[in-house]
Amino acid sequence: MSDMTLGRLPMPLGAETADKHHLLSWLTSVDHKQIGVMYLAATLGFFAVGGIEALLMRIQLAWPGLKVLSPDAYNQIFTMHGTTMIFLVVVPMLLGFATYLSPLMIGASDMAFPRLNALSFWLLLFGGFLLYFSFFAGGAPNAGWFSYAPLSEKPYSSQPGTDYWALALLAIGVGTIAAGLNLIVTIITLRTPGLTIRRLPLFVWMVLINSFLILVALPPLNASLVMLLVDRQLSAHFFTTLGGGSPILWQHYFWSFGHPEVYIMVLPAFGMISEIIPVFSRQPIFGYAFVAVSTAAIAFLSTAVWAHHMFAVGLGHSWDLAFGASSMLIAVPTGVKVFNWTATMWGGAIRFTTSMKFAIAFLITFTIGGLTGVAFAAFPVDWQLTDTYFVVAHMHYVLFGGTVFAVFAGVYYWFPKMSGRMLSEQLGRVHFWLTFIGFNLTFLIQHVLGLAGMPRRVYTYPNFLSWGIMNLISTLGAFLLGISVLVFLVNLYVSLRGGSTAGDNPWEAWTLEWATTSPPPLQNFERVPPVRSARPLWDLAHPEEADWKCHPR
Amino acid sequence: MLAIQIASFDPHSSQAVRLVQFSIFIYTICAAVLLLVTGLVSYAVIRFRGRPGQPDPTPGYGRVKLEIAWTLGPFILVIVIFVFTFRTAQAVDPPAPASPDLVIVAHQWWWEVRYPRAGFTTANEIHIPIGKDLAFRIESADVIHDFWVPQLARKMDAIPGHPSNIWIEANRIGTYLGACSEFCGAEHGWMRFRVIVDSQVDYDAWEKQQARLAADPSPGLPAEGFRLFHEETCVRCHTVDGTEAKGDVGPDLTHVASRQRIAAELLANTPENMTRWMTDPQAIKPGCHMPNMQFTGDQVKAVVAYLEELR
Repeated sequence: MSDMTLGRLPMPLGAETADKHHLLSWLTSVDHKQIGVMYLAATLGFFAVGGIEALLMRIQLAWPGLKVLSPDAYNQIFTMHGTTMIFLVVVPMLLGFATYLSPLMIGASDMAFPRLNALSFWLLLFGGFLLYFSFFAGGAPNAGWFSYAPLSEKPYSSQPGTDYWALALLAIGVGTIAAGLNLIVTIITLRTPGLTIRRLPLFVWMVLINSFLILVALPPLNASLVMLLVDRQLSAHFFTTLGGGSPILWQHYFWSFGHPEVYIMVLPAFGMISEIIPVFSRQPIFGYAFVAVSTAAIAFLSTAVWAHHMFAVGLGHSWDLAFGASSMLIAVPTGVKVFNWTATMWGGAIRFTTSMKFAIAFLITFTIGGLTGVAFAAFPVDWQLTDTYFVVAHMHYVLFGGTVFAVFAGVYYWFPKMSGRMLSEQLGRVHFWLTFIGFNLTFLIQHVLGLAGMPRRVYTYPNFLSWGIMNLISTLGAFLLGISVLVFLVNLYVSLRGGSTAGDNPWEAWTLEWATTSPPPLQNFERVPPVRSARPLWDLAHPEEADWKCHPR
Repeated sequence: MLAIQIASFDPHSSQAVRLVQFSIFIYTICAAVLLLVTGLVSYAVIRFRGRPGQPDPTPGYGRVKLEIAWTLGPFILVIVIFVFTFRTAQAVDPPAPASPDLVIVAHQWWWEVRYPRAGFTTANEIHIPIGKDLAFRIESADVIHDFWVPQLARKMDAIPGHPSNIWIEANRIGTYLGACSEFCGAEHGWMRFRVIVDSQVDYDAWEKQQARLAADPSPGLPAEGFRLFHEETCVRCHTVDGTEAKGDVGPDLTHVASRQRIAAELLANTPENMTRWMTDPQAIKPGCHMPNMQFTGDQVKAVVAYLEELR
């Protein structure tokens, strides 16, 4: 079998000879591994910034009537927190993993378009800088990460912050679309022989579907950003009532991007969980086909649920019923995944590494976020609770308890491959428990705050003792969470310096990225092993019980 | 008030009662599913803990029948939830009437409250009689806001150019707090209001009093305040029925002294607080549209004396 031919592309000039540790080699790199690592490093930096913004908000809200931040400063900070975490952390963090891992997992030597890959990353980084430059250019955006018109229009936001917001998101959005396209072409054309679509690692499956979702979701955002800019700079009125525009139109445009975006922020995380739980349970994934196909179902449905962000708009019952129904339906394929992951552990021999602990915690915390999501889809619940702290709790259970927990699981799992060194399990244990406790302390109580009537995005609240106590608990939890991130950073630093050597395959995993050295050489593989099932390395190690014999596909 | 009051679970209108019943039904289902998943995960974690040196188990690849079961199970559950969703929505949110009983117009960062039948306007404090099913029309004068009184009704966005309607039939006398629930700019946090449910007798008396024109100011300090009010541009933004003040940027002040709070719930309506407010509104509610009028201490006293007579 000629495994070697298809996986390789001619490398761009200079890449072969580049010294890996030289700064210039990073700045000029078109190697998917270096770009992937740069994605992860940049998003870690933005994660720290967004986290500090979250702590500032929690300090201001720790007790009724505090004056740590002025109302306008608070509004800038919460806008920047949301924008940063969504556009500069969660999406690009997952793209970083996808960029680093996808070529390795399909036995390729790089992405299909290495230079485009670099462009995607640099657009992200400089888009981020552009966004933050607004602080020095007359004030950060302060109309929320969703920039609802007409609040985001010139008469109500005369500062340039919203213009920076729109321009930065345009730059980042173009980069994200390029990355999605690149991943699609890579996964479709550069798979090693034998790696059919039905043997694709589930992470790659979900990256592939996710990339299609990017192509569907991001262009509407870019178009509406341009319209908003035209409104603001050229006095058009797409989204103002004067002259026949409509603020509701902005909401339709924004959420037709915004809800697929939620799945763009979660599908690759599902992919990580689908790799990690099997390896540490020592079992193949339970129901590969169901897990893969349910992803496609989620992606498909996610394009038709956007108006569930608009149940309080008063669009009428037909809208509410249609979008309530489509939103509830997403619970079905998502539930399939949760049950399949749980069933994968069933009958296994579970190894409780830090990575696995995060993955197990993900199962519970993500389920909580998913269930409150179903409650919101039953829209009379939404009619009470939308835009309260109940939503803040819900979305953090999805994005932190879901995606971020999965990303931590992924970091502990793939760090050895990327660096050649193991992360410390001792520090990992501390990191995990602080994160788990801090996260639940911060966000569980916010469900109650929402039920008690506290709206979100308020810079302060009336002097009710019970609200004060609940907010104080939430703030304490947030600081615990902050400490847990410090422990994580220490772990990264210490382990990079002196962590134990990883070897090629420290977890006895089964997918192709573990068939090369850690870190992999520039061309990724000396030789790509034959692929006859979804678990090629299992087949190599257990020729008698090989998957292609027991479960041919 | 140490006990946590969960407003969303303490309904006092026929609409809110239906909402709470439905919500509790949904939360119960969610809790049951969470319990099931947590139970399954916990059992797997405890029962299938790997021992050091244990060989990998013989691979299992999934069981299609089980998977079909846990696809169909949630699907059926979703259909059940959908049916109840439909019925609750019909009951809580029937179609709007041709002419509403009250019109609420949201402004940055206060609430205009119009009573079209009785023909008067007030702000931030909504009186309604008990036991009457009233139609509220929700409008906005500037950006998007949201009208929400958790104990009485669903929330409804106030969107410029897109009026909406809700119904409230209150079933207990009392005061119910509300808040703007859509981010609307600098003072979103202090865009609060209250709904006061009165007995029919009390309500009728209140309505009669609110429908009166403002009385002429007494001689002395109040009369001086009246003069300042008209000369120092207050009238550009505020209305006092029966005078030349016809502005609608700020709250209607015809009977401002009869209200319990000022600045959309921020302060109790006392002469001391009104003095603080008139002296420097930006220090109390930064970013609000009421400018600092640069009054001297004596001028503030006069204006407050005038406002205190507007009962």
